[in-house]
Amino acid sequence: MEKIKSLADLKKKREALQSNLKLREQGENTESLIQVKVAMATCGIASGAKQVMETIINESNKRHIPVVVTQTGCMGYCYAEPTVEVTKPGQDPVVFGYITPQKAEELVDKYLVGNEMLDGVIPVNYEKVEQ
Amino acid sequence: MANYKYHMLVCGGTGCFASQSDQIKKNLAQIIEEKGLQNEVQVVITGCFGFCEQGPIVKMLPDNTFYVRVKPEDCRELVEEHIIKGRKVNRLLYTDPENKEHVADSKHMEFYKKQLRIALRNCGFIDPENINEYIARDGYAALASVLEINNPLATIDVIKKSGLRGRGGGGFPTGLKWEIAAKNHADQKYVVCNADEGDPGAFMDRSILEGDPHSVLEAMAINGFCIGANKGLIYIRAEYPLAIERLLIAIKQAEETGLLGKNIFGSDFSFDIELRYGAGAFVCGEETALIHSMEGERGEPTFKPPFPAQEGYLKMPTNVNNVETYANIPVIILKGWEWFSSIGTEKSKGTKVFALAGKINNVGLIEVPMGITLREVVYEIGGGIKDGKKFKAMQTGGPSGGCLTEKFLDTPIDYDNLIEAGSMMGSGGMIVMDEDDCMVAVSKFYLEFTVEESCGKCTPCRIGNKRLYELLEKITEGKGTMEDLDILKSLSKVIKDTSLCGLGQTSPNPVLSTIDNFWDEYLAHVMEKKCPAGQCKALKSYIIEPDLCIGCGACVRVCPVNAIKGEKKMPHEINQADCIKCGACIEKCKFNAILIK
Repeated sequence: MEKIKSLADLKKKREALQSNLKLREQGENTESLIQVKVAMATCGIASGAKQVMETIINESNKRHIPVVVTQTGCMGYCYAEPTVEVTKPGQDPVVFGYITPQKAEELVDKYLVGNEMLDGVIPVNYEKVEQ
Repeated sequence: MANYKYHMLVCGGTGCFASQSDQIKKNLAQIIEEKGLQNEVQVVITGCFGFCEQGPIVKMLPDNTFYVRVKPEDCRELVEEHIIKGRKVNRLLYTDPENKEHVADSKHMEFYKKQLRIALRNCGFIDPENINEYIARDGYAALASVLEINNPLATIDVIKKSGLRGRGGGGFPTGLKWEIAAKNHADQKYVVCNADEGDPGAFMDRSILEGDPHSVLEAMAINGFCIGANKGLIYIRAEYPLAIERLLIAIKQAEETGLLGKNIFGSDFSFDIELRYGAGAFVCGEETALIHSMEGERGEPTFKPPFPAQEGYLKMPTNVNNVETYANIPVIILKGWEWFSSIGTEKSKGTKVFALAGKINNVGLIEVPMGITLREVVYEIGGGIKDGKKFKAMQTGGPSGGCLTEKFLDTPIDYDNLIEAGSMMGSGGMIVMDEDDCMVAVSKFYLEFTVEESCGKCTPCRIGNKRLYELLEKITEGKGTMEDLDILKSLSKVIKDTSLCGLGQTSPNPVLSTIDNFWDEYLAHVMEKKCPAGQCKALKSYIIEPDLCIGCGACVRVCPVNAIKGEKKMPHEINQADCIKCGACIEKCKFNAILIK
């Protein structure tokens, strides 16, 4: 193992290692972060949801936005797959349909960073059972 | 390159380990590999999550889903449903005992809401066998900054100002202890970590060592630098094999990384840590006995002064601190004494880890700010008394402590309040008792422990405690007299006043405290020859209520000594001479016709 010889060494090492635990740190305060759910049932995966999820994770990491990306089951909008649900803290969830990897990048840029809407928003037509 | 989207944290504390958490980890890893997800899902064994009642625990991140009572055969469903299909496995979620609803996120559980984790900050979060995860959580940064500032007295001052007091039981101010050790000049000094946790039911030190061993190592090095010692020793009982294993791994990794050993962070400071194994004697938690045991002598205490800070291990100045005390040190240095002293009460700062056990719904390990009330611990974090029974008392401080009754439910818990209430903080055991517990039997239980654990060096403790135990035995058998109660009281005081070390000086506390709070129960045992809680075997009898008995014969069939007789469809009767009071009949009777009198 490489030796740590100074405070600067330790800091460098810590920074390199911190990203490994980022996911766990996020779990501690999920409420204050943007939550992105990618629908990953058979229909979603078949239309490329895996790549979409990958893109959202990578692009938001690049831009240093704290986002919790998880996968979820079928949301029922199979015609519009891949679908992504974004919940900003204190706001109602918004569901985006027809998200390709290119569009995913746009989603990160416009909605996650900028709060600008995108085409393909699926109007909310359901109610959640309060937990 | 692995780009993990999910972390699955599996509890690797002794409790969950015993319920096959290592097998769970193996199964999860195997299934994930089978599905080709090894670059997307990381499976990590962590330290204790504290919710031992519900173990083994598997926590999913980033969504913070908390699965409880997971079995090795549940792993496939967890991977296939949660990871692949993104659906929560409802049957493995925690169910709130009040409203019977599933709670997915641990933050919303009553058990965790009021907790504040400082000493346990990394337990259940990092892999204790991986130094990199500790470093990622600011590990060894406190040691680095202490060495950079290079002013031992300034660091001691920070600890003093933080108000941290010894978490092992006595509550001695830690900074002051360090200062005394620093001022004694000698060629060689030692730092000792007391990991000889011995209170029945207490396991906070074990959990810290198993879940976050590096925090203790780092703090010991800081302690060494502050007092001028280059050698650290951890006295740990051999009954903690997992903690020992993880400590050895941690020491090795720290040495390989250069965070222990020679010229740490390029400074002049060198520090080594070794383990010393104890054979599990309660008295060795007392610091002088601990030092003698480490020297290879009998684990017997000696008179103080000289204090270890003056003349300790191998007659050299030695600073002894408990595991939990050490676990607080790095955070205090990183976050500042102002932050630490803003938590807690006026004279007790910070948090305390308690092992919550007994007749309570949520058994486990909790860390709460000082000043929290007993009511919050029992009814909110603890989830109330088991089976909806009535709270009777809480035993704190183990065999050295006492009982807190209902009238103390709203007393803020800190060192001084507990002593005023006739108990003590101790190392942090909290045993909850309900209406079915006999307080005379409880104090007999603790005395039995003390008699067993007394080292035998001084007469009051060796013989006095034995006599106390015999008196209690006599009372619980219904043979006690009023004179016995008087002897019980006066003997207790003599033992307290004349014993050599903390063990004997505190061993009569359970008796005195129950006499103070439950005098009626003692009287009932002696005067009426009755045990109000119906627990003392010799004092209870099982009786069939003829009006309720329908003569079904269920009790007859289950009685192991054929003590129940009666004609079919006619009320039965128990022959008291034959009855062994096992209680089997009462469990079988569907008509509640059997009573304990």
